[in-house]
Amino acid sequence: MAEIRFGKAVNQALAECMEEDPSVILLGEDIGQAEGSFKVTRGLLEKFGPDRVLDTPISEAAIVGAAVGAAMSGLKPVVEIMFMDFITLAMDALVNQASKARFMFGGQCSIPIVVRTPHGGGLNAGPQHSQCLEAWLAHVPGLKVVCPSTPSDAYHLFKASVADPDPVIFVENKALYAVSGDLNPGETPHDIGRARTVRAGDDVTIVSYGAAVHTVLSASRTLESEGISAEVIDLRSLQPWDEEAVFDSVARTHRLVIVHEAVKSFGVGAEIAARVAEDAFDELDSPVVRVGAPFMPVPFGKSLEAQYIPAAAAVLAGVRKTIS
Amino acid sequence: MSVVPERENAVMKDRLLSMIGTMVLIRRTENRLAKLFADGEIPGFIHLSIGQEAVAAGVMSALGPRDTITTTHRGHGHVVAKGIGLDRFFKEVMGRADGICAGRGGSMHVADMSIGVLGANGIVGAGIPIALGSALAQKIRKTNAIAAAFFGDGAQAEGVLHESLNLASLWRLPLLFVCENNGWSEFSRSSRQFAGTLEGLARAFGLNYSRVDGNDVEAVALEAGNAATNLRAGGKPHVLECLTVRVRGHFEGDPQKYRDPGELADLESNDPIARAAEKVRAFPEGEFELRVIEERVASRIEDAVRNAKEDQLPDFRHAIADVYTTRRGG
Repeated sequence: MAEIRFGKAVNQALAECMEEDPSVILLGEDIGQAEGSFKVTRGLLEKFGPDRVLDTPISEAAIVGAAVGAAMSGLKPVVEIMFMDFITLAMDALVNQASKARFMFGGQCSIPIVVRTPHGGGLNAGPQHSQCLEAWLAHVPGLKVVCPSTPSDAYHLFKASVADPDPVIFVENKALYAVSGDLNPGETPHDIGRARTVRAGDDVTIVSYGAAVHTVLSASRTLESEGISAEVIDLRSLQPWDEEAVFDSVARTHRLVIVHEAVKSFGVGAEIAARVAEDAFDELDSPVVRVGAPFMPVPFGKSLEAQYIPAAAAVLAGVRKTIS
Repeated sequence: MSVVPERENAVMKDRLLSMIGTMVLIRRTENRLAKLFADGEIPGFIHLSIGQEAVAAGVMSALGPRDTITTTHRGHGHVVAKGIGLDRFFKEVMGRADGICAGRGGSMHVADMSIGVLGANGIVGAGIPIALGSALAQKIRKTNAIAAAFFGDGAQAEGVLHESLNLASLWRLPLLFVCENNGWSEFSRSSRQFAGTLEGLARAFGLNYSRVDGNDVEAVALEAGNAATNLRAGGKPHVLECLTVRVRGHFEGDPQKYRDPGELADLESNDPIARAAEKVRAFPEGEFELRVIEERVASRIEDAVRNAKEDQLPDFRHAIADVYTTRRGG
C-alpha cells in the first residue's frame, strides 16, 4: 500500500477516470497550464490535451451552466471551482438547473457532473476564500455532497462521484491537501452515502467530516487518557448521509456530539441533531451537542482565524458537556 | 410575381408552406392553451409567444433532429417547431401523468431530450450556458451537430449571456445565439433595461451578428440557414437578432396597462402568419393548401387536448422517487 498526499490522491483519481472514460472532461479556472491553484490537476493537460482539460475564463456561472448542457449531450464534466466561496456565482446552474433537471424533465436525463471545490480556513485567506458552504448545497434536493477526510477516501469517493449519474459536489478541505495517508487503489469501490467508523468507543459518539475529523481524533486521544472512550464517525458523505451508522452508534453510546468547521447555526450538525432528536430521542442520555464555527465571517488575521476554527479544546468541552 | 423556373417555384412554395404549417401549429396550440388556461384547465401560469412564431419556424428550418436547443419561459413555439409530440406536450402543460416531463415541469420546463430540446427555462438567460455546453459537447464529440440558444431581449442584461458570448468565441463553438427581441423585458421596455445593443455585444466578443425582421419567416430562415451552414463548417459563433412583437402580455392574464393601446392595434398588419400566407396565395393552389394546413392543425390539436384531458394525474410516489437516479438522500 502506497503513501500518498490528499491532493495527489484526487489527481490520481482524476487521471484514472479520464483514462477509463473518454467522456470525462475537466473545466475550470487555471486548471490546465497553471495546473490548478492547489495543483490538483497537475500534469492532466499534458496527458489528455486541451480538448479534455479546458482552461476557462473567470466565469463560474457559464462554466457550471455549460457543464450541465455538456452532460445533457453525452459528456461527464468535472468542474473545479477554485474556492468554495466562488460557488455563489454558479448557484443558478447548481440549484435551478443541475439539481432539478432529472426530476423536472420527468426522468428523461441525469446530470452526471462533479463540481470539485476547496473549502475551509487555515490559510489566512480571509472572509471570501475560506468558507464552508456545504450545508447550502446539501439542502437542495437533487444534489449530492461529499467531503472526504483522508487521501484514500478522497481517491475512492472521487471515483464514485464520477461514476454517479447525479450531480455531486466534491468538497476538499484546503488544509488536507498536504496530508499524507495510505492508498490502496484496489480496495472495493466506495458508495456515496456510507460513513466510516474511524475509532470505536463506548461512551460518546462524535460525528464529523472533512478536516474536522482530524481535530476530533486528536481530542479523542485526550479523552482516552481521561478514561472517556469516544466513537468517531467520519460521515464522508453529507447528502445522502449515513443515518444507519449514526443511529447504530448512538444506540450504543447514548451520547452524541457533532463537529464541523462550518458555522454551527443551520448546519449539517443541526440536521443530524434534529434527526436524532426526532427518531432516537429515547436513546439519548444527554442533550446532543454541536461544535462548529461561531456565527461570523471567517476572519483574516492569524490570531483571529486560530480562534475561529473549532479546535480540539472545543471538541473536549462539547464532549464533557454531554457527560457531566 | 417574378418569373422563376417552375421547379424552383415549387421548392420555394413547399418550404414556405412547411414553415407556415409550423407557425399555424404554434399559433393554434397557444390559442388553445389560452382557452384552456381561462377555463382553469392549466395550473400555474403560461407565457405565450403569439406573434413571434416566425422566429421559431424560421430558425428550426435550419436545424436537424440531432441539433440541440434551449429555450425560455416563452418557449412553446420553439418546442413545437422542433417537433415535440403534441399529445405529451399538452399533457405536460396540463400537469398530467403522461406529460413529456411527467407533469412535474409544466409550461416553463418542457423538454424533449429525444429531439434535442434541452429544456425551456424559468430563469431568464439560464438556458444560454446550457446550450453553450451542448455545443461544446458536439464539438468535442465531433458530431457536426450545432446548438441554438433562444433568449429574449430581457436576457441582454444578464451576466451569464455576456459570459457565454465570451466563452463561445474563445472556444469557437458551433452555437447559434437567437435573440427574440420583442422590445419588452417582462413589464418594462428593454430600452430602459439595457444600455447597449446586442450587435455591440456580439461584435465586442468577435462573433458574427445579423439582424433580421423576425416576423418575416423567409428572412429568418435564410439568415439562420446561412449561420448554421457556417457553424457546421467551423465558423465563428453567430448572434441572430430577430425583431418581433409580443402580442400577449408577459403572462396570460397580464392586463398590459403599461402598453400603449395603439401599439397593440398595429400588430395585425405585422402578423407573421398573415404575411407568409399572402406570399403563398400568389402560387397556384396556394389558398387551397393554406386551408388544408388549418384543418389538419385544428384536428391534431383537438385530438391532443382530448387525450390530455383523459390522462391521469401524476402519482406523487413516482415523483418523489425520481429526484435522484441512484440512492436518494433526505
